[in-house]
Amino acid sequence: MTAILHQPRLGACPACDAAPDRIILSLPDAHCALCITQVEEALSALPGVRSARVNLTLRRVTVDAPGLSPDALIACLARAGHPAHELDPDALASTTADRAGRDLLMRIGVSGFAMMNIMVLSVAVWSGADAATRDLFHWVSAAIALPTVAFAGTPFFASAWRSLRAGRLGMDVPISLALILASAISLFETAHSGHHAYFDAAVMLCFFLLIGRYLDHRTRAIARSAAAELTALEVPRATLLSGVVERVVPVAELRAGDMIRLRPGNRVPADGIVTDGRSEIDRSLLTGETLPVPTAPGMALSAGEVNLTGPLILRVTAAGPDSSLARLTALVEAAETARGRYTSLAERAAKGYSPAVHALAAASFAGWFWATGDMRVAVNIAAAVLIITCPCALGLAVPAVVTAASGRLFRRGLLIKDGTALERLAQTDTVVFDKTGTLTMGMPRLVDADAVPPALRPVALALAKGSAHPLARALASALEGTVPAALTDLREHPGLGIEGTTPDGPARLGRAEWLGCPEDPGAGLQTWLSVPGHAPLRLDFQDRLRPGAGECVSRLRLQGMRVILLSGDRAAPVADLAGQLGIAEWHAGIDPAGKEAMIAALSDAGARVLMVGDGLNDTAALARAHASISPASALDAARVASDMVLTGQDLTPVAQALRVARQSTRRIRENFAISFGYNVVAVPVALIGLATPLLAALAMSISSVTVTLNALRLDRGDR
Amino acid sequence: MDILAILIPVSLGLGAVGLGAFLWALRHRQFDDPNGDGQRVLSDRWDDRPPPD
Repeated sequence: MTAILHQPRLGACPACDAAPDRIILSLPDAHCALCITQVEEALSALPGVRSARVNLTLRRVTVDAPGLSPDALIACLARAGHPAHELDPDALASTTADRAGRDLLMRIGVSGFAMMNIMVLSVAVWSGADAATRDLFHWVSAAIALPTVAFAGTPFFASAWRSLRAGRLGMDVPISLALILASAISLFETAHSGHHAYFDAAVMLCFFLLIGRYLDHRTRAIARSAAAELTALEVPRATLLSGVVERVVPVAELRAGDMIRLRPGNRVPADGIVTDGRSEIDRSLLTGETLPVPTAPGMALSAGEVNLTGPLILRVTAAGPDSSLARLTALVEAAETARGRYTSLAERAAKGYSPAVHALAAASFAGWFWATGDMRVAVNIAAAVLIITCPCALGLAVPAVVTAASGRLFRRGLLIKDGTALERLAQTDTVVFDKTGTLTMGMPRLVDADAVPPALRPVALALAKGSAHPLARALASALEGTVPAALTDLREHPGLGIEGTTPDGPARLGRAEWLGCPEDPGAGLQTWLSVPGHAPLRLDFQDRLRPGAGECVSRLRLQGMRVILLSGDRAAPVADLAGQLGIAEWHAGIDPAGKEAMIAALSDAGARVLMVGDGLNDTAALARAHASISPASALDAARVASDMVLTGQDLTPVAQALRVARQSTRRIRENFAISFGYNVVAVPVALIGLATPLLAALAMSISSVTVTLNALRLDRGDR
Repeated sequence: MDILAILIPVSLGLGAVGLGAFLWALRHRQFDDPNGDGQRVLSDRWDDRPPPD
């Protein structure tokens, strides 16, 4: 079968042979059976593709296509209506081999099997089997339970041992103690033909707690793989010039002194100095400034900026760890240590719970030993107390709530990267927004399309279509529907504008000084149009709002949040945007350190700040804030610094996330209350020595199931 | 009560078969894409012939 499908290599170029056979693409919009079919059929129809398999859970497609470039596959999927991004298979390699997860699943399977079989035997004992039959059943149970506890309980024993050696009393210490005590006592009772054996309780404890452990592991694995996916999203490459030969190399291979070519639309891969070419540079990710900056030979560029109009040759001055991008990471790390001190609700609960459980068990042992002088009874009761107080709510309920909440937010377009992010998000009372790229798209729009007289439109459109400059593209989209004039000799002057010849003479679209017009430095985004026979015309542009920005801000204010706008841009556009969205508090012209200082000042004043930002200038502030969100379009460094990432363009999930976060924190507290309630009822029963194995099994399973159901309640409601 | 000598091994054996099936599924990566596998049932793409692999 494979021999027939094996197609000859199409690409004969040497570069194609270097391409990996397996290409992984991210499919952010895939969600149904139809998407799977469409994507797989579109790719399989492409000559050269051996196989394509969609993984809907991870929203990825793995394509086996030797010799095909990812760009060809992405173009093919775009025609089929599915946006796709290339992922770096090397960056993903660590997440595919999820050995720990499968190991946990196997332990769950084994303990589930053991639990069911022991239950069948236990039911017989509970319903009155006695003498030899009971002993036989106990021995069979022991034969199943002891190996199972040894195998399935390993994660708890290992973790308890680690925490004991570190001198702490973690949650796993009482769990391990309960498992070992229950098994040992049951074995002793069985050997002495006793009435009660707790094999079922010990195995059930393993089973339920392993499920909690697995959910916890899965949430973290998904977050890790999402983070890895975001890193893999940018496959950093640069065009290296050596003599007359051009080579595409990974950015990691760049060294200071290398010459690189930068095409329009490329992101600057390393710090460098322009040696040749004129262009304009978009610095919005670094400074928040929306106006493109003209460049000329001799000007220094930093990594992360985007080249807009003309090709540039760059001499690399600093690459990799020395570049300005990497230096910024240090700032982020410093700010992040502040957040590392956060202790989660579960940790705080465990800190009080663990010693209390041990004290209670020890007290019941001491009390019964003192009262009866019977060692066997005292140990039995201490074990029953440990089993009854098993921290199922902590071990199972918290992971279940976090899993349900992050799954729900993922469907809405928000990725949770950090386990405690939801809790921290629920505590925030102040939201700080960045402007460019966060509340706005960082893409300009013509303010008033009617400002262009109909007579000038064909020429304006023809000029605008000749350039990749964002303002020209905005003009072209605003004039859609017009028939462009036929211009000859269309030429782009990088850094200045675009020029074409009409029958009456040259027409220009570009910078004011190039057209000989007075420049108004106070004005916002603008370009000038000059057509022979007409006075030069000023065209004003405005950044476009991100979809859902208005709704998000108004919903946040309805929830009683304090909303602040911080931007590195000039005052006029910031004030304009703040007015548009109804944000009363805004600050303009703030540098990265200023943003971080502002967040720190707010925190010192007692506010819990949620920072939403995308640029390099926001990274330190994102890391400093109590919780942080960045859009997927943000620069790598910003996404790394934030706890949550918006996967779509829409901003409304931010307001929804706050609600879900508060709701899930409430569920966690409820679960604590429920399990505390169970303990209040069950512990006295255990203390007076009435906790039979039947009662222990019932109490444990009912409390586990209740807290899990309560956690899943979160997933209902509005969809 | 002699029947127990048969019934207990039988019940354990049935359980072991279930456990074996679970471990087999785990080894063969059947839990890698639960969402996708659920949705693929709805597709009629391979209704007339099995997918090549």
